[in-house]
Amino acid sequence: MGTFHQGKHALHGITVLVETETGEAWVGRCDDLVGGELRLRDADVHPGDASPSERAAWLDRARRIGVWPNHRRVSLPEASVRSLRRLAED
Amino acid sequence: MPYSPLLVRPMREELVAAGFEELTTPDDVDRFLGQPRGTALLVVNSVCGCAAGMARPGVRLALESGPRPDRLGTVFAGQDLEATARARSHFADIPPSSPSMALFKEGSLVWFLPRHRIEGRDALDVAADLRDAFAEHCATAPVG
Repeated sequence: MGTFHQGKHALHGITVLVETETGEAWVGRCDDLVGGELRLRDADVHPGDASPSERAAWLDRARRIGVWPNHRRVSLPEASVRSLRRLAED
Repeated sequence: MPYSPLLVRPMREELVAAGFEELTTPDDVDRFLGQPRGTALLVVNSVCGCAAGMARPGVRLALESGPRPDRLGTVFAGQDLEATARARSHFADIPPSSPSMALFKEGSLVWFLPRHRIEGRDALDVAADLRDAFAEHCATAPVG
């Protein structure tokens, strides 16, 4: 039992890891992929110029306990997305 | 805007029927988590069907047999706002998510299951994670 949202992308409600063409890593709850935009909620971002070890540590923590919702709503141009996958499967 | 209490009631009752105490005020939370002895499972309940729809059945399955926490409590995110905030203050280093589950032993957090490790899984998988945590941290016999 629960409240579901029909008509959304298959990843709606799922926490995803998004890597962009500029090297940023976003983790947030996918709301939808529509109109050329990937919409995330309660997301946080790791900068594109971070070192591999910093990125690995950030991702390890995100996988274990999640991320702080520093960005309540984010829209990323679909064209800027290099990869999109479930955080739990990363 | 919070969902209608009428809509939420069955989601509350699903955990109450499994033996959970509803913690609807900060005082409820402090009393529940303030006990220094034994183990306590706190479930942050949620309306969202994407994850909570499997969280609650997973919890119920996990409690059917084997080791289990001495105390069971739940707050409802988006509904009991002050109680949820107080509950989260007991694990303030962990980002907020709902549904989520926290297991305490002797008053300290020993295990946490965030929302993203519930989403997209079925109740059996969630129950398996809980049973592993109960086996590691919970005595078979409840503390009196």
